[in-house]
Amino acid sequence: MSEDTSASSLSASVALATAARLRRGRRYDAVFRWGTQVFAWLVLLVLGAIIVVLFHGGWPAFQHFGAHFFVSSAWNPVKNDYGAASSILGTLVTSAIAIVLAVPISFGIALFVTEIAPRWLRRPIGIAVELLAGIPSIIYGIWGLFIFAPWFSDDIQPALTNTLGRLPWIGQFFQGPPIGLGWAVAGFILTIMIIPFIAAVMRDVFEVVPVTLKESAYAIGSTRWEVARKVVLPYTRIGVIGGIMLGLGRALGETMAVTFVVGNAHDLHISLFMPGNTIASSIANEFTEADTLMHRSALIALGLILFAITFVVLALAKWMLARMERAQGEST
Amino acid sequence: MSGRYLRRRLANGAALTVSVLLTGFALFFLGWILFVLVEKGISYVNLPLFTQSTPGAGIDGGGLSNALVGSLLITGLGILVGAPVGVLAATWLAEFGARRRLTMIVRFINDVLLSAPSIVIGVFVYGIVVAPMGHFSAWAGAAALAIIALPVVVRTTDNMLQLVPDQLREAAIALGAPRWRVTLSIIYRASLSGIITGLLLAIARIIGEAAPLLFTSLGNQFFSLDPNRPIAALPQVLFNYAMGPYDNWHHLAWAGALISTLFVLGLMIVARLFSGRKR
Repeated sequence: MSEDTSASSLSASVALATAARLRRGRRYDAVFRWGTQVFAWLVLLVLGAIIVVLFHGGWPAFQHFGAHFFVSSAWNPVKNDYGAASSILGTLVTSAIAIVLAVPISFGIALFVTEIAPRWLRRPIGIAVELLAGIPSIIYGIWGLFIFAPWFSDDIQPALTNTLGRLPWIGQFFQGPPIGLGWAVAGFILTIMIIPFIAAVMRDVFEVVPVTLKESAYAIGSTRWEVARKVVLPYTRIGVIGGIMLGLGRALGETMAVTFVVGNAHDLHISLFMPGNTIASSIANEFTEADTLMHRSALIALGLILFAITFVVLALAKWMLARMERAQGEST
Repeated sequence: MSGRYLRRRLANGAALTVSVLLTGFALFFLGWILFVLVEKGISYVNLPLFTQSTPGAGIDGGGLSNALVGSLLITGLGILVGAPVGVLAATWLAEFGARRRLTMIVRFINDVLLSAPSIVIGVFVYGIVVAPMGHFSAWAGAAALAIIALPVVVRTTDNMLQLVPDQLREAAIALGAPRWRVTLSIIYRASLSGIITGLLLAIARIIGEAAPLLFTSLGNQFFSLDPNRPIAALPQVLFNYAMGPYDNWHHLAWAGALISTLFVLGLMIVARLFSGRKR
């Protein structure tokens, strides 16, 4: 080193410094990479912790009532006898009502926004539908309780009872007291709440249909409706189902709006107009008041059941939308 | 032939008309809800609403000041925890996790958590925070909100970082910048408006949440800033007051419903404009 000319010693020391800087950079890089990865793991940890905590909290109820917990409609804090049947049934019925009503409406919106509306109108309508999703659940509840439910029981329910209620078999679903609180109103409010989610997914998947495909159909004389039904819908089928599942997942877990209008009764009944409950509304109503271990454990067990159902539904939704995306990637 | 043509034209016309009507139907409800909120709430939005605390049972007057402050406090704490965690997790997914199995799993689970029932998050936080501490607290409420905000932040940040073209990363690396430098000074800056949009959407999502607060932050009739004690939050007060039997509670609930809805929708529109302008 000492025999080197000053110029080359300078370049050598620069090279050394550069090497040191690069080494330091690599070390920081590793720290940064591992540091951020820890947070990615944290997302998984949250999921794992939720399952463990719910399972642990619900264990006394599962252990005490066994499989009977799922089919029993008992709910008696005095005798400490609990069953999940009425809550599970209410959750499924209200969500089913919401899906049956929301799917055609969402399809209409998606069709309007992607195929019919003039271009300048698409964005405002898209934003307006998005705002429908932004209204807090509690607001839907207050509006539902004070405005929608009275109107429904005065004007809509009698009409339904006098028409659908007269039909054989299914008529009994539509008979009941005009209280305004029950599965039907809860299901209807859920409908409005999940429309934006389903409509947004439908719109997004409709937009990825290759223009050439649609233009070919137009070229052989198809009408817009025929293109929508026979080209767009078949092409996007998996994505559309994924969107519906996403809406279903939302409906199943919706809490505050339902709690306001579902009536909060732990009964099994056949009329859609009778007060009922859902898993989420039972937890919201009773959790702070539950002072026995078994009552609280039964509610946590309900929470675990709800989490499991929504997890499966949402996972299916995700899987279908991912398949749609992959198919999309292959075809282009 | 022409009869069939006519039938197809009619079917088309009918379908398109129905789809316009259905869109109108959905938007009608947006209008109806907003109209009712303004009609019922506007006359109770006054100064005492912002300066007085929530009244107890049967006491006249009162306001929502403690609930408004409480909401801001636990939402702030929730975002303060949820946002950095979410941004860093998304950073790993978008910057280092390409084509790795862990990335796929985390994205999948994150999307599931995004729509997970918030009431279940409340039960979870009750189990890990409230029960061990032995009492309800603002900390617990903030923890629940942080968990709800986390997947929103991860999702939007991840999407935004993925939108940054790889050439930008390669150019920075070619100039000799280490990866952490590239991420902090180049990638974050390029996607800043998108990340902020995500944070605004996360705030909009959690500030209206009532379900996970019912048995975490519980509620508090009095003004409190102590995170270690129960605290009032606007959505939870709205729930109690709307369900309660007193007229002045209902009035406060309508006024609170109006301002919280306007705040959330305003936040969403601002977020929308923010992301739209930059892109």
